[in-house]
Amino acid sequence: MPIIRAEKLGFNYVQYNDENEAPETIKAIRDIDLSIEKGSFVAILGHNGSGKSTLAKQMNALLMPTSGTMWVDGIDTAGEDELWKVRQKAGMVFQNPDNQIIGTVVDEDVAFGPENLGMPTDDIWTRVDDALSKVGMLGFRDRSPNRLSGGQKQRVAIAGVVAMHPECIVLDEPTAMLDPNGRREVLEVARELNRKEGVTVILITHYMEEVIYADHVYVMDLGKIVMEGTPREVFSRVDELKALKLTVPQVTELAYELKKAGVKIPDGIITPEELVEALCAIR
Amino acid sequence: MLIEIQDLCYTYGEGTVYEVMALDHVNLKIGEGEFIGVIGHTGSGKSTLIQHLNGLIKPTSGRILFEGKDIWEEGYDRRSLRTHVGLVFQYPENQLFETDVLTDVMFGPKNEGLTKEECEQRAKMALRQVGISEDLYKVSPFELSGGQKRRVAVAGVLAMDPEVLILDEPTAGLDPGGRNELLNQIKYLRDKRGITVILVSHSMEDMAVYANRLIVVHEGKIAYDDTPRNVFTHHRELEKMGLSAPQITYVMHDLKARGLEVDTRALTVNEAARSILMALSLRKSMKTAEAQEKQD
Ligand SMILES: Nc1ncnc2c1ncn2[C@@H]1O[C@H](COP(=O)(O)OP(=O)(O)OP(=O)(O)O)[C@@H](O)[C@H]1O
Ligand SMILES: Nc1ncnc2c1ncn2[C@@H]1O[C@H](COP(=O)(O)OP(=O)(O)OP(=O)(O)O)[C@@H](O)[C@H]1O
Ligand SMILES: [Mg+2]
Ligand SMILES: [Mg+2]
Repeated sequence: MPIIRAEKLGFNYVQYNDENEAPETIKAIRDIDLSIEKGSFVAILGHNGSGKSTLAKQMNALLMPTSGTMWVDGIDTAGEDELWKVRQKAGMVFQNPDNQIIGTVVDEDVAFGPENLGMPTDDIWTRVDDALSKVGMLGFRDRSPNRLSGGQKQRVAIAGVVAMHPECIVLDEPTAMLDPNGRREVLEVARELNRKEGVTVILITHYMEEVIYADHVYVMDLGKIVMEGTPREVFSRVDELKALKLTVPQVTELAYELKKAGVKIPDGIITPEELVEALCAIR
Repeated sequence: MLIEIQDLCYTYGEGTVYEVMALDHVNLKIGEGEFIGVIGHTGSGKSTLIQHLNGLIKPTSGRILFEGKDIWEEGYDRRSLRTHVGLVFQYPENQLFETDVLTDVMFGPKNEGLTKEECEQRAKMALRQVGISEDLYKVSPFELSGGQKRRVAVAGVLAMDPEVLILDEPTAGLDPGGRNELLNQIKYLRDKRGITVILVSHSMEDMAVYANRLIVVHEGKIAYDDTPRNVFTHHRELEKMGLSAPQITYVMHDLKARGLEVDTRALTVNEAARSILMALSLRKSMKTAEAQEKQD
């Protein structure tokens, strides 16, 4: 059963330039058919302006389709009364952690969502404890968010979403502003939630190394999905990806160069370990 | 010396309960034409450091000299300093405010008192350099995608034609193609026009390729200041600081540990490929020689 399903999904932004000029429409999403299974870990790649964020915002009803339909867990996002139901099912985390954290104390910030759902206080705090421990931040509950590192802030932002008990989390470039350690932390949290809690994770990123753990990768161009498959399948199409302004992990590129130079190693190498093994296996 | 930082300390919220010592006795000399990379964990003090260089932040103690002059001395023209030292902020959405992209990029040159034609010419050139096409010129900056906003913010500073270009995470949010294009463009400006570049980034891979000198900031202090090749030999220490070496470095170390004689100091894919090919052919010829010996 898919948690996210789109059929012929289209979205246009309408732009008003000058008072006397006719408004322009920008087709940010065109005719997308998509089906994301519950419990999967999916990555979305694509160059700047290809439509990733616009697509992500359809998944939690921040934007409504201009044409076609988007269903979240079977609910049509365009339905009048379904807005909050949809938002509860699919939570979003954005690039800049500073813009998402509103509370002055970590646990208050995480409690904000459940409070808005009008839950009883006891339940709220159980959820907050639970969410903070899932992202490994329970020990920081009394801290002020602006005294945390970027990776820690981003984990608090994720806890805020987790506290809503969503079935699906959409992460829109959550690691763009983080140092290597913070990047690893956030990815680990996302993978844990996926593996242990069965939360569906949809990760948008420009870091190719982060994609190798995904079950499925979509590549977007001009508002369309132009390529999809497992990370191994997608990353073996090096030249096509480069033409789309993307790339492959550094090890994949190295493997590709070595292969071009005649070294006999298998296709689709995506981790350092695989490359080392392949090279050591050459006799 | 172009820029000198002497014993710089900076404390946020001095005297309050929120006091944070962001910079702790930093000393640096920056020469003309250098391409300097700055890395460090989140909150290490990178943004605080570079905002001192064009006089946006006043040191709590210590001095900043530009071309030998203390920029905080009575009567120093810090406004004109900002036209020589261009700074692209970490969060570009905070830097865009005009009604459309072209006007936004023209803002800097306009402030320098250039004619409208000159401003427009400079703005268009800068937008071309960052890969923003003409159909976006009249669009409001708020209607751009994340990566497009960042490109426009960089163009805004390029259009001022600065002698020193400081970029705080300019590639965060750019697609890989755009990342390479932008960094190549900056390198080109530095090579051809001799501008000095200071680049803050969390991408170790980019630093390995572009920087001539790499500065590691850790808890408000300078932990390393050396060539990228030398800095990345300390990959274990870097990890303790929340950083890492390029992915390639780890592959090379593992290969060496498994007995393949590769150069662990290789920094780029090309260097690594060359070194691995050499090591493989060396191993092969040694094996053939061994086999031959046994036969004889
Ligand atoms: N609020 C808006 N108003 C008008 N056009 C917009 C708006 N937001 C985005 N666009 C346009 O829609 C297209 C898709 O933008 P979107 O933000 O979805 O791209 P993206 O793939 O997320 O890019 P990035 O990698 O830069 O974040 C772009 O051409 C962009 O200029
Ligand atoms: N306006 C501010 N008020 C109080 N403290 C601040 C302020 N700005 C930064 N700090 C603190 O100063 C320290 C250095 O911050 P700075 O922004 O220079 O780090 P950075 O190395 O640029 O980090 P990042 O990689 O996350 O951008 C951090 O502890 C930070 O929390
Ligand atoms: Mg986006
Ligand atoms: Mg910073």
